[in-house]
Amino acid sequence: MTSPFEYAPAPESRSVVDIAPSYGLFIDGEFTDAADGKVFKTVSPSTEEVLSEVAQAGAEDVDRAVKAARKAFEKWSALPGSERAKYLFRIARIIQERSRELAVLETLDNGKPIKETRDADLPLVAAHFFYYAGWADKLDHAGFGANPRPLGVAGQVIPWNFPLLMLAWKIAPALATGNTVVLKPAETTPLSALFFADICRQAGLPKGVVNILPGYGDTGAALVAHPDVNKVAFTGSTAVGRAIAKTVAGTDKKLTLELGGKGANIVFDDAPIDQAVEGIVNGIFFNQGQVCCAGSRLLVQESVHDELLDSLKRRLSTLRLGDPLDKNTDIGAINSEEQLTRITSLVEQGEAEGAERWSAACEIPAAGYWFAPTLFTNVTQAHTVARDEIFGPVLSVLTFRTPDEAVAKANNSQYGLSAGIWTEKGSRILAVADKLRAGVVWANTFNKFDPTSPFGGYKESGFGREGGRHGLEAYLDV
Amino acid sequence: MSEKSEQNRLSVFKTYKLYVGGKFPRSESGRVYEVTDSKGKWLANAPLSSRKDARDAVVAARKAFGGWSGATAYNRGQILYRVAEMLEGRKGQFVHEVADAEGLSKNKAAAVVEAAIDRWVWYAGWTDKIAQVVGGANPVAGPYFNLSTPEPTGVVTVVAPQESSFLGLVSVIAPVIATGNTAVVIASEKAPLPALSLGEVLATSDLPGGVVNILSGKASEMGPHLAAHLDVNAIDLTGADADLARELEIAAADNLKRVLRPRTEDFAGAPGTDRMTAFLETKTVWHPTGSLGASGSSY
Repeated sequence: MTSPFEYAPAPESRSVVDIAPSYGLFIDGEFTDAADGKVFKTVSPSTEEVLSEVAQAGAEDVDRAVKAARKAFEKWSALPGSERAKYLFRIARIIQERSRELAVLETLDNGKPIKETRDADLPLVAAHFFYYAGWADKLDHAGFGANPRPLGVAGQVIPWNFPLLMLAWKIAPALATGNTVVLKPAETTPLSALFFADICRQAGLPKGVVNILPGYGDTGAALVAHPDVNKVAFTGSTAVGRAIAKTVAGTDKKLTLELGGKGANIVFDDAPIDQAVEGIVNGIFFNQGQVCCAGSRLLVQESVHDELLDSLKRRLSTLRLGDPLDKNTDIGAINSEEQLTRITSLVEQGEAEGAERWSAACEIPAAGYWFAPTLFTNVTQAHTVARDEIFGPVLSVLTFRTPDEAVAKANNSQYGLSAGIWTEKGSRILAVADKLRAGVVWANTFNKFDPTSPFGGYKESGFGREGGRHGLEAYLDV
Repeated sequence: MSEKSEQNRLSVFKTYKLYVGGKFPRSESGRVYEVTDSKGKWLANAPLSSRKDARDAVVAARKAFGGWSGATAYNRGQILYRVAEMLEGRKGQFVHEVADAEGLSKNKAAAVVEAAIDRWVWYAGWTDKIAQVVGGANPVAGPYFNLSTPEPTGVVTVVAPQESSFLGLVSVIAPVIATGNTAVVIASEKAPLPALSLGEVLATSDLPGGVVNILSGKASEMGPHLAAHLDVNAIDLTGADADLARELEIAAADNLKRVLRPRTEDFAGAPGTDRMTAFLETKTVWHPTGSLGASGSSY
């Protein structure tokens, strides 16, 4: 099909990033092999090309990294806050300098569109370090009493959906408050964390303050169970979060968890339909829907259901799925084969349970992991696709008649991370926002993030907040 | 009362009962256990609450949550202050009960009760201030209004301190309800009487039924059910020993309850705010601001 409005390919150049054939663990300021010599491959999900071979940390390496972090803690925590701040400002600046390189790297390793890594991930990463850098010498004024103390060694486990951004959310506040860290990136996206290790070296960060241990779930489990870890921070699935909560039970380890979600995006009949459609698309198709705070349940007022769905389908048909490095790409690759299998099976279950499936007609590339933007109508609250987190580009559409019904349906979830409200009526926004049991409520917008804005869930979406003044608490002995 | 009448008159004992949903039931199990003073002298038979009593208490607490969390902070402050007023009037009774329960002299018991009354006053004043202290506007880098406000977590199970049967009890209940949570309280096992009497005070302080529910019995029996209960949002383990605390924290992980671990604590000291913040969620609301022009006003 050719149309005068076809886009010519506009790929971002890969030459800006130089990926080495292999990477080690980053412990005590040095790249090193795993003690047992294990390695794993990281592939580009859009092509299945092997990008690099990465050392896989085992229990012995975890112990080595925690010891390095412990040793570094004494001096790092004793540094004047103003000095710690300057290290973080340096890191923020180097990230800005290397922003294009990191954006391309992240797109290669994760599969998300360059448009997103370039315009969302990387600017937010730099901003997060910049924000927390400024706190390092102002902790006395943060509302936790005079001279609040760091906890010690933080063990941090992050997911693959925003690899470098989640690293920033974890490391920036930890270092600003005087902790040292051992961080495990996800097994499918280890590269940006290893590039960050290089940034730490460029910034002259003292050895052992940041340690990076690529690995699988067992590496993360060993890290959170290590007896000399004082603080555990995890972002990922609710199932793993639950297991971690059980592991740290009965210890003194401080725990914060950022887990799953099934966000309700509520559209009232007076909402501007075109804006709402953009918000819905952004809510569930940003990062292929692999977002914990995705607006994966659309609650639409019955009277505008048909009109809204028509507009939505028309808009979804214009989304461009394909090469994530192409600057015009809207929908990139699913992060891994495993995730694609999970999405596919949940969608099949949705069909089997009687919900009505519609997928955008788009060409799926031959190699790589892809899933066309999909929505389900005739969904009830009992359907699996209305209850379980799919973590993919799949929207479940439900209807309501009254604001009370919308609130009841929105809150009918074990999760409580995000929600959206679309209406022109101010008092309704405030009334509904007040009743929603969710940590972040976007009104007439969706999926907005900022380092100054606390983020985190109610209920089984976890506890603790990241971002803002609130985010300091997770890393202080208060 | 003259000495003579004290000698001649047979006193009227009180049947101590639970406080659940604003009512005073006995345990549905029909069980009681003997409560003695610090020297081993019999004081009363207290209800030995069961798993069913605990579940009933959760139902009552959940039912009360909407109204209590939706009440104005000013109104909650008025009611907490009313609790202090009611306690002041019944000070003599509580001095007596605390002296028996904790083996304290009349003077020392009076000091404890007075501190407990003052603690209600402290938290009464916090209800309409905590949101300004821990919430606020966030200066996001974009044209958005962005406001973070604290909200109550929901239904909180409180394992009350074992030793400090009244000041400790008040110190763990008041911060939970000040912010709009509702509570299911497991009183000190060996000294539950001041807690059960507190129920009578709460019932006459305009506190809506179900906001505080008080159970006597064994934390080791009720605790596991409340820690695993999927309609409980948080648990305060202050009165649990290390083994029980660990067991309950593991059970609490099933629905990711917020957990306040036991710690060494001096209830006579200044309370701070962390018992309130332990059971608060932060909600952040965004809205576009639009723009009236790039340069703003110069006035």
